[in-house]
Formats: sequence, structure tokens, C-alpha cells
Amino acid sequence: MSDYQDSRAAAPRTPGEDARGGVGHWKTYAVGLGLALLLTGAAFAMAGTTLMTPASIVAGLIVLAIAQMIVHLIFFLHITTAPAHKTNILALLLTFVIILLVVIGSLVIMGQSNGLMMPMDQLMSRQR
Amino acid sequence: MFGKLTLSAFPLDQPIIMGTIAVLIIGIAGVLGLITVLRRWKWLWVEWITTVDHKRVGIMYILLALVMLLRGFSDAIMMRMQLALAHGGHPGFLPPEHYDQVFSAHGTIMIFFVAMPFVVGLMNFAVPLQIGARDVAFPVMNSLSFWLTAAGALLPNIALGVGEFARTGWLVYPPLSELPYSPGVGVDYYLVALQISGIGTLLSGINLVTTILKCRAPGMTLMMMPVFTWCALAANMMIVAAFPILTGTFAMLMLDRYLGMHFFTNDAGGAPMMFLNLIWSWGHPEVYILVLPCFGVFSEVISTFSGKPLFGYRSMVVATMVITLLAFVTWLHHFFTMGSGADVNAFFGIATMIIAIPTGVKVFNWLFTMYGGQIRFETPVLWTIGFMITFVIGGMTGVLMAVPPNDFLLHNSLFLIAHFHNVIIGAVIFGSFAGLNYWWPKAFGFTLHSGLGKAIFWCWFVGFWLAFMPLYILGFLGMTRRMNHTDNPLWVPYLVAAAIGACIIMTGILLQFVQIAVSIRQRRYHRDMTGDPWGGRTLEWSVPSPAPSYNFARIPQVTGLDAWWTQKAAGRTVTPPAFEAIETPRNSPIGFITAFFAVVGGFGVIWHIWWLAVPAVIAALAALVTSSWRPRGELILSADTVARTERSLRPRSA
Repeated sequence: MSDYQDSRAAAPRTPGEDARGGVGHWKTYAVGLGLALLLTGAAFAMAGTTLMTPASIVAGLIVLAIAQMIVHLIFFLHITTAPAHKTNILALLLTFVIILLVVIGSLVIMGQSNGLMMPMDQLMSRQR
Repeated sequence: MFGKLTLSAFPLDQPIIMGTIAVLIIGIAGVLGLITVLRRWKWLWVEWITTVDHKRVGIMYILLALVMLLRGFSDAIMMRMQLALAHGGHPGFLPPEHYDQVFSAHGTIMIFFVAMPFVVGLMNFAVPLQIGARDVAFPVMNSLSFWLTAAGALLPNIALGVGEFARTGWLVYPPLSELPYSPGVGVDYYLVALQISGIGTLLSGINLVTTILKCRAPGMTLMMMPVFTWCALAANMMIVAAFPILTGTFAMLMLDRYLGMHFFTNDAGGAPMMFLNLIWSWGHPEVYILVLPCFGVFSEVISTFSGKPLFGYRSMVVATMVITLLAFVTWLHHFFTMGSGADVNAFFGIATMIIAIPTGVKVFNWLFTMYGGQIRFETPVLWTIGFMITFVIGGMTGVLMAVPPNDFLLHNSLFLIAHFHNVIIGAVIFGSFAGLNYWWPKAFGFTLHSGLGKAIFWCWFVGFWLAFMPLYILGFLGMTRRMNHTDNPLWVPYLVAAAIGACIIMTGILLQFVQIAVSIRQRRYHRDMTGDPWGGRTLEWSVPSPAPSYNFARIPQVTGLDAWWTQKAAGRTVTPPAFEAIETPRNSPIGFITAFFAVVGGFGVIWHIWWLAVPAVIAALAALVTSSWRPRGELILSADTVARTERSLRPRSA
């Protein structure tokens, strides 16, 4: 083992790490955390409020959820539109395509199945 | 004190189980004793358990797969024997509640702990070598991925002796898997094991995607990557996209079972059908996660042993990527009969048929690669040709079932069982064994015994056809899956034929271990001095065999497809005279430690032993977090060491 030596000084080779040994600055994380907490609090407040109609509460929660995702992507996952981040953007696009496929597919499938379901009382009376 | 765990959890009154456990314990004690006698504990710890070398992690993945293949196949042959015996007045030897565990464990183990580790192991081993990298992007995380998979594989085997395994089929459909219908710990064993190994698989997927996108040798553009690497990229992208669905779905089922929630229950607004929908939106991509890397193996094998570049490289890449995307729009064909409307069924039926087109493109590409080539019929080629014949039949029965009206007749019948074994054995198992024979010399420095390798192929090939063609017929004759006992004399001859087929496959599996043992004994005769025993085309064959820990003494400069072939053709094969110092990652025990606590914590969760579960889970997380500070830098191999290693591995060229 004598020919092994420590390489603490060597530059980190892990992809995603920059020369300072980390990604981003702590201030970005603090801003991100603040925004994320704000959006979470807003969602809880909205869910419990009586000032809005149920339909608008649902719509509002969806908007807040998407905003939350965007905050995470920008402040924690450091997705930017810089040219060096082309792969990240492509990966993000693929993610969105897959999520859309699964979510819309599930909604259509479950919606149709639900619509074609026999009413529960009839179903129970058919079972022995 | 011990939660649900009481003395009655140990099946002391079951002779079959107790016999198996006795054999297992003797076997494990024998292995541990042997390690102690040979004083190999330190060696095992330093060279294997804590290694972060992608090649050794890959080898351990494949070893895990081979061991679990024995377990999964024992379940299979018990089922075939039971069905060959249990007809008319004879009850067979497996009581229904045990039989239900056997078929559930067979499916779970074969998919999650045989096929997945085998395929992930091959990718782990070969991908960095193929792209001219010295390791994967995150070597320590790679070791963690493996150990989490191994931890997951351990739990169903503990279930053999402590408690029971799921009796619900390999995908634990609710409401059967909900607490009122499965009050035992079987489903919990299943869920916890797959949650742990699922995290391992996801991490491994992230690792390999990053490796392929970020760590390629200079000059290697995406369109210069070997096809196996392309297939690995596609498969790992699907892992990253699909495995979170699995984890989320199982998490919801666990919330139902542990905290009384109602995601998939019958009552209180739960939707069992939603489980089917979610699990298959993971499950169908999973099929392609398994099969695409094997397509990659066949591509490498067929072009290497035909001595020709792969026919239609671009179309192969496009077909792979089209399959990747289409794999996410076919999942409903697993539950056509659930009750969606005709238009939904038609959409998914057509999508399923369309996915056969890129797959067909691949088959023709392999055929045209062989056309006009000088084919050497080594073992991997036999597997490849056997695959093409078997897989095309399996693919066609798949397209047949993609027609929803057909599926209404055939679903849940043995026709379905025959179909998916036809494609999974035909592609994944054949591909894994092709890859094992193909890359073995690169891993260990000597080739596997060729005669035995061919015998193994013929056992599997003949055994497969004899075991599964009768099941197609039985499906047409109306026999459904998961039956414990039959009452139709017409079915018996087919069931007996299938059992004989399974015995032939068993011969192949046993010969596999004989082949490895014989090859190790005769390693001097099979030694690979050149590093390129097959006349290879891709970069892994440019390094000596066995590949040194740092892979490439000098990172290659890539100028085109089939980088090594191009170099050989240009006569630039001599090792460079001057070596440079190489930085290699330091060993880390963190994967093993985390997996250890994951097993302990998982066991606690399964049996509701919370004083054990909570600290163990905290310890696993704490170990991970602490390790991420990395107080020490990596290791540097001096130029002298590299030079000495290279000379010892290539005595002739030095």
C-alpha cells in the first residue's frame, strides 16, 4: 500500500460539483426554503378557508403545487436555462412528458372505469 | 416486546419448509466456515464488501442473481411438480396456503432479485468499460445501490423461516393485499423488501444515466456509443422515470396497512383499481427495463461474432428510444378486462401493437448483421440465435393478446403465463447468460468452458420449449393461472410435459454452476492473455483481462463507432510506454452498513417491533448523512503501480 497517497487536494471529479466543492450558495437555499415554506403555509391556509368555493380551492391548490415544484427545481435542483444545462432541460422535459402521460392516462382510465361501474347497491345484490 | 413475532411464526410443523431451512443453514454455515478456515474475512471485507469498483459491484449483482435464481427456480419446480401430481383425487404435496406463497415468491424473486440484479450487474460491469470511463459517476452510491438490493433480496428469504410470504400473487393486488384479507406479515415482507431494493434500483439508475451522459471518453459523441450503452441509457432513464411510481404506490399500500388509510381499500372511498393502474404504469416500463439491456447484449454479441459492424446502428438507436417512450403508453394492456371503455382499450391495444414495430426493426437488424458475416458459433451466439427464435414467437403471442377481445378470452389463463415466460426467459434470461459468457473473460481473465456452456444453452432451450408450449395449449383449453389442483383429465398430459421441461431447465441451471466450477479449475487452459478473446469491437476489449481497477491506463481518444475495432484496423494497439498516476475512489463500508440497518429496520417494521425499527432506520439515515462529508480524499495510484499492473496483466506485449 506504500504507493498509495492521499489526494485531498485533487479536484473533485463527481459530475455536478464545481471547483468550490458544492453547488450553489447557501443564500439560494435560504430563499428557496423560505418560498417553499410560504407556499406550503398558503396551501394549508387555503384548504381550511371558508372564503373560497370548493372548486376554486382545488384550482388554487393545483396552482400552489405547481409553484412549489418550480421553486424546488430552481432553488434546490438548480435547473437554469444556461447553455451548459441543456441535458438538465432535456431531462426535465422528458420528466414532464412521462408525468403527463401517467397522470392524464390514469385520469382517463379511472374516469371511464368509474363511469361504467355498476351502481354499488346493484353490485352488492349480485354477489352471493 | 416482539410486536407480532411469536413462536408460532416459526413453521416448526412444516417438514418441507423445515427441511429447506436446515439445508440453507448448513449451506450458509459451510460457506462461513470455509471463509474462516481459509482466513479470507479481511480479504472479503477489503476486496469485495466495501469495494466501490463498478466491475466488482457488477459481479456481486450477478452473483446475487445466480443465487436467487436457485431460490426462484426451486419455487418454479415445486409448482410444476405439484400440478403434475395434483389432479383428480390426489391433493399433491403443497397445501393451498403454502402454494399461494410459492407462486407469489417465485414471481417476486424472479423479477426483482434475479432479472433485475442480473441486468443491472451487466450494465454496471460493462457500461463504464464501453465508454472509456474509469468508474461510474458515483462509485460509493453504486455500492450502496447493490447492498440495498441485496438487503431487499434477504427479506423474502427470512420470510421462509420466520413468518410467511405474501399469498397474493407477485404484484399484491388490493383488496386482497389489504389488512382485512391478508392480516399476516406476508404482504409486509413483500412491501418492505421491495421498498428497500427499489431505492437501490433507483439510485443505480441515476448513477448509470449520469455516467453515460457525463463520463464518456473524449471524442465519444452520443452517436458513437456502443449499442449496449444506448440500451443501458434507455433502460436507466426508464428506471428513473418508473421506479418512483412503484415506491409511491407501495407507500400508499403501506399507509393503508399500517396507518389505516384508505387509498386502495374497498370501503371509505378507496379505489383498488387505482392500484392496478399505478402498479402497471411502473410494470410495463419495467418489462422494457429488463429487456432493453439484453437487446444490447445481443447486439454486441452478434456483431462481434459475425465479424461485422452492427447493421443499421442508427435505426437501432432510434428503435431503442421509440421503445423507451412507447413503453409508457401501453400499461393498460395488463388490465384490459378491468372495465374501461372500448376506446381506452383500443388506444392501449394499438399502442401495444405499435411497440412491436421498433422491436421488429431490431430483429431484422440482427438478422442482417449475421447475413454475409463469418459467424463463430461460440456460446453467446447460441444464446442469441436461441433468443431470436424464442422471442419472436413470444412477441407474436403478445401481439395476439394486445387485441382486447382476444385478451378477454385469454387473460388470467395459462396462455398469458406462457407468453410472458416466453419473452422474459427468451430475452432476459438468454440475454443475461449470453452476457455472462461474453464478458466473463473481461471480469476474471479466463473464458468459461465452451462445451458446458453450449450444453447449458441446449438444456434451457429445449427445456423452455417443453415447459411452456404445453401452457399455451392449456390456456386454450381453459386452464387459469395460480391453480393448486386440477380436475380435468385432458390437462394432465400437458402438465406432465411441462414438468419434464422444468426438469430439463433444472439440469441447465445445475450445469451452470458446474461450468463455473470447471472453468475456475481449468483457468490456466482458458486464460485470456490478449484482453480481446473474441475479436471485440468496443473499448472494453482494449484493456487487459481481468480489467484492472482503474480500467484504462490511459483514457482513449474516440474517433468513431466501434472504437477498438477502428484502433486495431489502424494498427494502434500497442500499450503506451509512459504511464501516468491515476486517481481511484477509496473503498467505503457505507453501503454495507446502511443495508445492514435497512434489513434490521425492515424486519422491525414487518413485525411491528418499533423499538427495533425506529433506531435502525435512524441509524441507516445517519450513516448515509455522515458518510457524505468524506473527510478523506481519493486514492492516487502512482505511475509505477500502473505500469507494473499493466505488465503483469499483459505479459506478452510488455
